[in-house]
Amino acid sequence: MTTNLLMFILLSLVILVFSFLTIFSRKILRAAVSLLFVLVATSGLYFMLDYQFMAGVQLTLYAGGIVVLIIFSILLTSHINQKFEVPGLMNLVLGGVVAIVGATLAITSILKYPFKMTTEPAIKVNMQEIGNQLMNTGYNGYALPFEVISILLLAAMIAAIIIAKKGK
Amino acid sequence: MSQVPIQYFLIVSTIMFFIGIYGFLIRRNLITILMSVELILNSVNINFLVFNRYLFPDKLQGHFFSLIVVAIAAAEASVAIAIIINIYRRFDTINVEDVNEMKN
Repeated sequence: MTTNLLMFILLSLVILVFSFLTIFSRKILRAAVSLLFVLVATSGLYFMLDYQFMAGVQLTLYAGGIVVLIIFSILLTSHINQKFEVPGLMNLVLGGVVAIVGATLAITSILKYPFKMTTEPAIKVNMQEIGNQLMNTGYNGYALPFEVISILLLAAMIAAIIIAKKGK
Repeated sequence: MSQVPIQYFLIVSTIMFFIGIYGFLIRRNLITILMSVELILNSVNINFLVFNRYLFPDKLQGHFFSLIVVAIAAAEASVAIAIIINIYRRFDTINVEDVNEMKN
């Protein structure tokens, strides 16, 4: 067993256990902290794949930004000590059937499919390459999606402010 | 890096995705539903990056797709939380079963 595999098993155990806790924890603040652990372990997986830039984005935006936003809204809207009621048995069973059937279907098709790697030589992923492709309008360029996503973010932020503003 | 087979990554992200679906179905609190959606988006992100690394290491498409997904997730979380705060102000609860004014 190599160190890589060991590290992968550790990270995926953290991811799976804390995803379960996010769903099943009956105190909402604990669920949010479990979500934080899931997101940090995911950025560990990105480091394993050698994608440092995406791991950094994951840490700053997801673990730093979105979780803080969620915790803020929990503090504004919920009582910390209040526990959720247990969901109905019918609900639990039907949801579990949906999840397990879906997961089994997806995993069997993953295990059957023969994944083929491309024969092109790998490129070196560094900040300069990412920036060049993100701002390029030619082949392999992503300038248009970048601009669209900027406009979308701006619109969403303005919409959020207007919705949350005290009305009238 | 390539000692871990691609299937392992895909299985982990699949299980994470369906845990997110399960939470989406069983929970009745708006913020918990939002957290389930974040889990789902995150598992999809893992898939994009793993396909990029293992199958097409000569391109960066998975990178940019997951960058866009992260941006969408941020936008979605901020708008959803604005709506949740507004709902709380109006109904004094964020339980989805109590927020059904438009049904009647």
